[in-house]
Amino acid sequence: MTHFIDRRLNPKGKSLGNRQRFLRRARAQIRDAVQKSLKDAAVGDVDRARKVKISTRGTSEPRFRLDPAEGGERDFVLPGNREYTPGDEIKKPPSGAGGGGKDAALSGDGEDDFEFTMTQDEILDIFFEDLELPNLVRTTLKETTQRSWRRAGITTAGAPTQINLVRTMRNSFSRRLALRRPSLAEIKALVDELDELLGKTPQLPEQEARILALRQQIERLDARRKWVAFIDPIDVRFNAFTEQPIPTSQAVMFCLMDVSGSMGEREKELAKRFYMLLHLFLKRRYEKVDVVFIRHTHDAQEVDEQEFFYSRQSGGTIVSTALDKMLEIQKARYATADWNIYAAQASDGFTQSGDARHCVEMLDAQIMPLCQYYAYIEILDEREMEVFASEESGAELWRAYRALATRWPNFATKRIAKPSDIFPVFRELFRKEESG
Amino acid sequence: MTGLLFNDAEWDFATLDRTFRAIEEIALNELGLDVYPSQIEVISSEQMLDAYSSMAMPLMYSHWSFGKLFAREESLYRAGYTALAYEVVINSNPCICYLLEENTMPMQALVMAHAAFGHNHFFKNNYLFQQWTDAEGILDYLSFAKRYVAACEERYGREEVELTLDSAHALMNEGVFRYRRPPRPSRERQREKVRARLRYEEQAHNELWRTLPAGVDVAAPPAIADADEMEAGESKLPEENILYFLEKNSPSLRPWQREILRIVRSLAQYFYPQRQTKVMNEGCATFIHYTIMNRLYDKGLISEGALLEFLHSHTSVVFQPDFDDPRFSGLNPYALGFAMMADIKRIAEHPTAEDKEWFGEFAGCGDYMTVLRNAWANYRDESFIEQFLSPHLMRQLRLFALHDKAGAGAYDVTHIHDERGYRDTRAALARLYDVALADPNIQVARADLQSSRTLYLTFKPHRGVPLHRTSKEQVRAHIRRLWGHDVELEDERAD
Repeated sequence: MTHFIDRRLNPKGKSLGNRQRFLRRARAQIRDAVQKSLKDAAVGDVDRARKVKISTRGTSEPRFRLDPAEGGERDFVLPGNREYTPGDEIKKPPSGAGGGGKDAALSGDGEDDFEFTMTQDEILDIFFEDLELPNLVRTTLKETTQRSWRRAGITTAGAPTQINLVRTMRNSFSRRLALRRPSLAEIKALVDELDELLGKTPQLPEQEARILALRQQIERLDARRKWVAFIDPIDVRFNAFTEQPIPTSQAVMFCLMDVSGSMGEREKELAKRFYMLLHLFLKRRYEKVDVVFIRHTHDAQEVDEQEFFYSRQSGGTIVSTALDKMLEIQKARYATADWNIYAAQASDGFTQSGDARHCVEMLDAQIMPLCQYYAYIEILDEREMEVFASEESGAELWRAYRALATRWPNFATKRIAKPSDIFPVFRELFRKEESG
Repeated sequence: MTGLLFNDAEWDFATLDRTFRAIEEIALNELGLDVYPSQIEVISSEQMLDAYSSMAMPLMYSHWSFGKLFAREESLYRAGYTALAYEVVINSNPCICYLLEENTMPMQALVMAHAAFGHNHFFKNNYLFQQWTDAEGILDYLSFAKRYVAACEERYGREEVELTLDSAHALMNEGVFRYRRPPRPSRERQREKVRARLRYEEQAHNELWRTLPAGVDVAAPPAIADADEMEAGESKLPEENILYFLEKNSPSLRPWQREILRIVRSLAQYFYPQRQTKVMNEGCATFIHYTIMNRLYDKGLISEGALLEFLHSHTSVVFQPDFDDPRFSGLNPYALGFAMMADIKRIAEHPTAEDKEWFGEFAGCGDYMTVLRNAWANYRDESFIEQFLSPHLMRQLRLFALHDKAGAGAYDVTHIHDERGYRDTRAALARLYDVALADPNIQVARADLQSSRTLYLTFKPHRGVPLHRTSKEQVRAHIRRLWGHDVELEDERAD
């Protein structure tokens, strides 16, 4: 009586619920640990599972236990005696109870830090946890083209594919019970008895009477089985669904990146990493955000994601061409009535002389009134960062934009000089406002 | 039967079945084992980790601590620090054994012999398991517990349930009855309860209910905490089972919290025999797989290669490093258990003069299985070692006893494996396996129900060893949460 059962195909992730409970429980520590571990990470590494080390403080499970190092006496037995005789002494290892194997084994100590692996999703969830697009407003409630299906209980009518077997069979079972539908076994018992009686050659009169009774009874039961159906139409239940409109707020993010010759490979790399993070953030947190990639040298063009992140191009620098392009696209595709408009611009701060003023004029007059939020990220090299230690000094564009930032509260400027700046700057730019 | 059961490392279900039958033949007819029917389940490594982190049970209620354990085990496993167990076996009827899919066929044979016959026989026959655990009901109880906790989470909020479970888990070791069975309501009281329930049902009976369609099925947690079970004054103080005391007498717990405490302490009680019989249980299973595998080879059913693979893993399982070896981490229960079983066989078959003097009642009797079956049925680790550890084995393991006084700079060697030391060394080793001495002795002394509602616990130190200070305060906070009022924990002078 042995059963072999192949469980390998059973659903995986049985302890996923417990894992989520654990992550929620250790939330604070995990958040610190994730941020610490991301600080020096390359952005490309963000979407990758990684080890996280947390202290067990918030997740300790205390039990009463004895502490023989603290007082009292005890005896214990060890294997492998080679030289000792009664009366000998063995020096205790220094520093209290940490006696290599033997004491650790007896006191069961030693779970101060705790390392485990988190998946990419879990890490990103925690990293983006308290970030959001600022000033997002519901623009168009009228355009609720988005709909989703939701469960809406059980109905008596529906498509055969939506039949709810459990409910249906439950109804059928109770109806069969209530109406006493004869079971097949019941009928079979009678038929067997009948067959047995028929098999006997000389039939006594009482047997004949019994045969008659059996025949009638079987007939009655058969008839009953016919009119008490196994499944009756009144048993059948269907899962019901209703359509529900989802209110949407549409948003578009313009990513403007300077890829001119003045941006070195390192600067371009930093800018790309920043946008990668931004892209990841938008993809994860906002289901419906359009992203427009614009790159520019002395001339701007709209490109796709692939091109934006991976292709190389070079040339002079005219920042305002990117702003022109952005305006053009916005006019053509993203009406302000329907869309929340965001922009993030990355540059090394150098542009053709005079162009900075032109940019500021364009932003002031045309772009900022449209935008919910505009973030400017200046990519410096580390030496420059030391030179421009204060916020006031900087390249032409930086100084021009600083003035702009005082006029527009939804205009933000930040500087990035090394990879480890990216995460903190990103978090600062998209920090959730305390007061809504 | 002629020919090998299997030729190579690959396994399939037909081979498993064939091998199982061959093992069963040896186990039941030659060794005379008495087992529950087994249910053998093949699982993947991830499922094995799942089983690890839920107290090795196939189903378990949800709690973050299981998630934590899983995360830890998984990262250790992925980094290659630990290998997974080859099997997990559950004390249930039918006895569920998990086989890891990555095992080779010789390993599957070993595991089936080890778990489905070794552990299984032990679970079914040892008096502790017979008295304290309910192999028939455990799976049903776990599924009830899982549903109940889930229903509570739904109703009272996950946080609330989590807090209660945290506190209950902190007291798990203090949630067992060590010396007496939990008081059962007397027959008369049970009958009275049934009558009361019937009376209530009659009063509450309403023809209208019968007309309701079958669909109305409110998923309410079953109300198990009967009101009359909670009557105070019934429990006798002092009470060693703190969870039981709190469940019955806490002034502030709600009925569902009491039920959760009951679930946790039922599990603690279920696992308590396993804690008391580690050496014997593993020794029994290891001895049985060793005997069976060798018999399979003798009968020409497995090849030399399979036997060598088995011996390789067997020796690493029963490896016992010396105390000064860097690999040493305490006495290996597999090693000690297996060595003792093998030693009993030796004494029964080829006793020396010394064995005859020490174990007169069975030395040289020849029928070692009868001796072993009797030992497996009627002893726990402590009494088993006290009774059966032979001088021969103590010399072989070179066991020696040490005395440790806190604050002293060195351990004193008190006894070694020589004529004068055998009995004392053996007694010292036996006491190490006395779970009641290893756990702190904490009891509920009294509760002031009239004014301050303070709960007084006493800790009785054994040979002056105090409680670990920080964990003591943390657990006290948990007790306070369950009791709802102040909790005092005082040391009692040892007599």
